[in-house]
Amino acid sequence: MSEFLTHFNYIAVVIIMMTGLFIVFSSGNLIKRMIGLALFQSSAALFYISLAKVTGGTAPITLEAASEAGRALAAEQVPGYVAQHGIDGVVYSNPLPHVLILTAIVVGVATLAVGLAIAVRVREAYGTVEADEINAVSRIDAAGLQAEHAP
Amino acid sequence: MTEALHWIGGGLVVIGSLLTLFGAVGVLRFPDVYTRIHAASLTDTGGATLALLGLGLISGLTPETLKLAFIWAFVMLTTPAAANALANAAYGSGHKPRIGAFQIIPSDAPRETDPEDADRSSSQ
Amino acid sequence: MTGFAVEMSAALNVVLLLMLVAIGLAVAHTRNLLTAILLMSVYSLVSAAWLMVMDAADVAFTEAVVGAGASTIILLGAILLTRGATARVDWRAMVAPALLAVITGGLLIYASLGLPEFGDPSSPANAYVGRMYLERTGEEVGPHNVVTAVLASYRGFDTLGETVVIFAAGLGVALMLGFGPRATLAPAPEKMGDHHVVLRVAAKMLIPLITLYAFYVQFHGDLGAGGAFQAGVILAVAVILYGLVFGLRETIAAVPVKAARSVAALGVMLYAGIGVICMVNGGAFLDYDYLFSPQVEAMIPANLLGDPHEEHHWGQHFGILFVELGVLLTVSSTIVTIFYGFAGRSIDAEEAKR
Repeated sequence: MSEFLTHFNYIAVVIIMMTGLFIVFSSGNLIKRMIGLALFQSSAALFYISLAKVTGGTAPITLEAASEAGRALAAEQVPGYVAQHGIDGVVYSNPLPHVLILTAIVVGVATLAVGLAIAVRVREAYGTVEADEINAVSRIDAAGLQAEHAP
Repeated sequence: MTEALHWIGGGLVVIGSLLTLFGAVGVLRFPDVYTRIHAASLTDTGGATLALLGLGLISGLTPETLKLAFIWAFVMLTTPAAANALANAAYGSGHKPRIGAFQIIPSDAPRETDPEDADRSSSQ
Repeated sequence: MTGFAVEMSAALNVVLLLMLVAIGLAVAHTRNLLTAILLMSVYSLVSAAWLMVMDAADVAFTEAVVGAGASTIILLGAILLTRGATARVDWRAMVAPALLAVITGGLLIYASLGLPEFGDPSSPANAYVGRMYLERTGEEVGPHNVVTAVLASYRGFDTLGETVVIFAAGLGVALMLGFGPRATLAPAPEKMGDHHVVLRVAAKMLIPLITLYAFYVQFHGDLGAGGAFQAGVILAVAVILYGLVFGLRETIAAVPVKAARSVAALGVMLYAGIGVICMVNGGAFLDYDYLFSPQVEAMIPANLLGDPHEEHHWGQHFGILFVELGVLLTVSSTIVTIFYGFAGRSIDAEEAKR
């Protein structure tokens, strides 16, 4: 039970990730699949940020005025904990995963747009964005091509 | 004095959150699009006003209070405009307000031309 | 060790994550694409709130701007061009994916129990390089916001790569949707009646404010949450709002398509150019300490930023400034290009011809 509480974030992240995976596999609609991929990607972001959190920490902005709240937060805790893990009397969360995820989110929306653009072109070429119907259309095309080239 | 302001501010934040919660219940329970928009936008602005006022009392006369005032002005500008645009779009796409005495419509009765409801009933 | 604030933040963490899980399941359940897209927008807002609880102020900002603003508009543009709801899927076809998801998820949860506890300050992820950044940023780079320092200076090369990816994505969308017979501008909508007057007045008041706010976020990124990625998306959203309310023709008259495309390239060039200047002056690529030659650095007045006695890293300061400017140009014009790609395409051009 205690493991469930201390690892709750990871479990929730895995559930969201598997929801995204399920959408990608079960739905034939290309747009719905892109939404599933976005959900999957977002769960990776949640995982990174969960790892970066430090108990009793504050946002990694070392401005004197802004760290007032951080000092108040640090004052609530055991002094030894702050002395060991804090910097200058304030405990900060880890900034590195924040950087990675910040850029990944903006890159994510740009790549999502590329995927959607492909879906739009598929709709223009096949008249549908359902994977099954696209397959059926290409099968008919292939059969027609074979019939043309048959002696 | 500061202590009293903290309590009053906290109380205002709680009341504002409750108002927003009531708005959410209204969005779920009201019968047609227009009353739902009404519930959402009115409680949104009211709840946000109360919550921001409470936060302003807690933070006192600091630059944060100025930022809260800006946020309030922004909410007051955007939420009514969004509600107006939403109602406009609903009217344009043929939603009719349900006027008259409220009556419970039997679930098997044919629905009005309400695209949203039609979609929902077909998906079940 | 657990004060009231710490316990509250743990409770908020659990509640918000449960909300995220519920929204994710609702997205999987709905067959209506519009509902799914709006739920994703709600998901982004809730996850922005959760990110604030996790102390990731910059990421929360980005998620709120990108997830609820830009990506919702792009998704809506895409379903406008593809039309239709998802087909009904037989429940038997869902058994295999569900089974696969459950098995993979079970394995992943089992594996995740071996991870360090949530919030552990001495976990490998938090104890080494992350802590080093926090300790050294003040003396080595300068900005108060450590995220900005790591983003633009320590990991500047990585960020250059991300900027190029964004530029390439914009290029890809422009190539796929920007040309051809269907890319001709859709006929102008019939003259907007007076019933849109509230929207137009509100937009007219908001657009200058949004633009101003974008620049505030851009130049305040050294001190507080914010930076070029967020500012770029906010600037693009101002243009998109103009396009949604006043029509695409007017927007293209204000921000021409060619200008947007070339500014995207200009931003990447500015970023990489800063790196090359550092190399010319004898440093490594993107090593801002070599941005100015010593003669130039001596010419910078000591009181340029107020206090003359405080030690300043002028190379780092201006390096981050120019690099963030490059990111701003690329991100904003790429998102505008993507918007033009989706909004400028008409679905019925060919169908109307037949």
